[in-house]
Amino acid sequence: MNRLLKTRELWLALGILAVIVLVTLRFPRFSQPGNLLTIFNDTSILMMLALGQMAVILTRSIDLSMASNLALTGMIVAMTNAAFPGVPIPLLIAGCVVVGAALGAFNGILVWKLDIPPIVVTLGTLTIFRGLVFVISGGAWVNAAQMSPDFIQLQRGAFLGLPILSWFAIVVALLVYLLMTRTAAGRAFYAIGVNPTAAVYTGINVGRTKFLAFVLAGAIAGLCGYLWISRYVIASVEVAGGYELTIVAACVIGGVSIAGGIGTVAGALLGALFLGVVNNALPVIGVSPFWQMAISGTAILVAVVLNGRSERTKGRIILKKAEAA
Amino acid sequence: MTDTTATGRHLPDRLDNPVKSAVLSWESLLVLVALAIFIANSFASPYFLNEWSLSDMTFNFTEKALIALAMALVIITGEIDLSVASIIALASTMMGLALQVGADTPMLVAVGIGVGILCGAFNGFLITGLKLPSIVVTIGTMSLFRGVAYIVLGDQSFKGYPASFSWFGQGYVFWVISFELVLFLVCALIFYVVLHHTNFGRRVFAIGNNATAARFSGVRVDRIKFVLFCLTGLMSGLAAVLLTARLGSTRPSIAEGFELEAVTMVVLGGVSILGGSGTIIGVVLAALIMGLVTFGLGLLNVPGIVMSIFIGSLLIVVIALPILFRMWRQRKA
Repeated sequence: MNRLLKTRELWLALGILAVIVLVTLRFPRFSQPGNLLTIFNDTSILMMLALGQMAVILTRSIDLSMASNLALTGMIVAMTNAAFPGVPIPLLIAGCVVVGAALGAFNGILVWKLDIPPIVVTLGTLTIFRGLVFVISGGAWVNAAQMSPDFIQLQRGAFLGLPILSWFAIVVALLVYLLMTRTAAGRAFYAIGVNPTAAVYTGINVGRTKFLAFVLAGAIAGLCGYLWISRYVIASVEVAGGYELTIVAACVIGGVSIAGGIGTVAGALLGALFLGVVNNALPVIGVSPFWQMAISGTAILVAVVLNGRSERTKGRIILKKAEAA
Repeated sequence: MTDTTATGRHLPDRLDNPVKSAVLSWESLLVLVALAIFIANSFASPYFLNEWSLSDMTFNFTEKALIALAMALVIITGEIDLSVASIIALASTMMGLALQVGADTPMLVAVGIGVGILCGAFNGFLITGLKLPSIVVTIGTMSLFRGVAYIVLGDQSFKGYPASFSWFGQGYVFWVISFELVLFLVCALIFYVVLHHTNFGRRVFAIGNNATAARFSGVRVDRIKFVLFCLTGLMSGLAAVLLTARLGSTRPSIAEGFELEAVTMVVLGGVSILGGSGTIIGVVLAALIMGLVTFGLGLLNVPGIVMSIFIGSLLIVVIALPILFRMWRQRKA
């Protein structure tokens, strides 16, 4: 099984490499280190969000509210910065994580205590959070002129040659990796995804574990709220509209099974990177950006067909034999 | 997780009184909610109680509700179709292309419905033929179908649909009764009969409750699911015809967000998102409630985005209340 997982990520990495090589054949400057680092930086936010989503999907849940959470937290932090430019940025970032985690906890509580299916809960909060962005902002934008220079510049600074934004992604990826592979909570995510009933008998609190996954996803969405707003320097109601499905797409392409229990940090990162590389390659090879949507749709379908083959359960095979007899 | 705890299940020694269970049913709760909103609307705005206002109100939900009817069946079998709004976009785009090559009204309608069925069949093939989870497949086709619409149209739009075609979205059959409303009611009746009074309907419920058991009882699970996805495609194609005719133009962003509203209607209508239970009457009532809420708030000049807070809260509260009520009763017992 482990070997199988390894090959899946290997294939995905090879796929990304193939796209890069193909584009480079026609446009040699595409694969210059500087450009590749730009792509990495461009994809940082998606990578972090995909990791949060992965934790939720591992527990057989789904969080459709991440993009709305990002927009709401982003608007809150932008308005705070516009009103009180003196508040230090690290404090604002910590605030973002707390607000995002609180929004995630709201999802989590409904899933944990009331046992409402996650897709229903987050479908509801998807619209509620985005509606709240409008309510607190009155439909107005917060633009670059209203934000303090520190607020905008922090993530653009460089450390060891990499932009701070990329470092955020690297640190978050490391933390999630440690959580998933070195802690009891991480094992619990996988355990209840593979077999919730067995997980109960091993003493895992299924509801609370799901709650923790939603809090983690929310905290990451909140952090990305600040990063998104300060990167694109505009906070509005439309921020990251429809992005919730791109996040799920990154996970699916990265081999995270929607049925729960299967998925790795490397996979989710590569899934996000694949979308990032494709989106960056399209304008370079002169394809209209209007092709982007159809291409990512095709990528999702191809990924799910390939992943489906390796995830086929034994129960189905027995049924197949009965069918044939 | 109740099944795995030590308490076991409560087994009643007789069935509930039918009158009592009808009064306490989800549908009667929905009727009460609809009535309450209707009365609140009449007090809130002097323009609400007017036959033309009420007629306009129906346009708020007819297209989405047509999809919700088929979506209800899909969700009862334990699957989901998130690509419906994108099917509308693709079907509408293809109708626009057909218009460019000189198709007449019957041809346009045929193209819209035909594209819908093809899209549904594509979903159905991936889900039943290749045994893939429907939520992922339809997230993929959601991007793919609308993506094709964007490739064809870019930032352009198709206009100039003939007047005879516009009638489907703007025409009235009788007095204030629009063609859209009549079509919706007829479809609702057909779906009601099919789901609640045919073998096919029983099989749909059987699949949702236990697909493996249904398979061993001789139900062709995959074939029925395939048919249901085609049916959802067909209804989306039909909705595309109505919406395109009503708007008189096609843009690639047409019907964005319809999939979530259709799912909300279905869940609000009492269909279990886990499959196995639900009624068409519930879905029709939920559609009416959503139409009433959005129209009433619209009369009060509440912006659409704020309405979505109401819809989202309605969804969560209506699901949570019975659960809280049950927990409260269990705690007392």
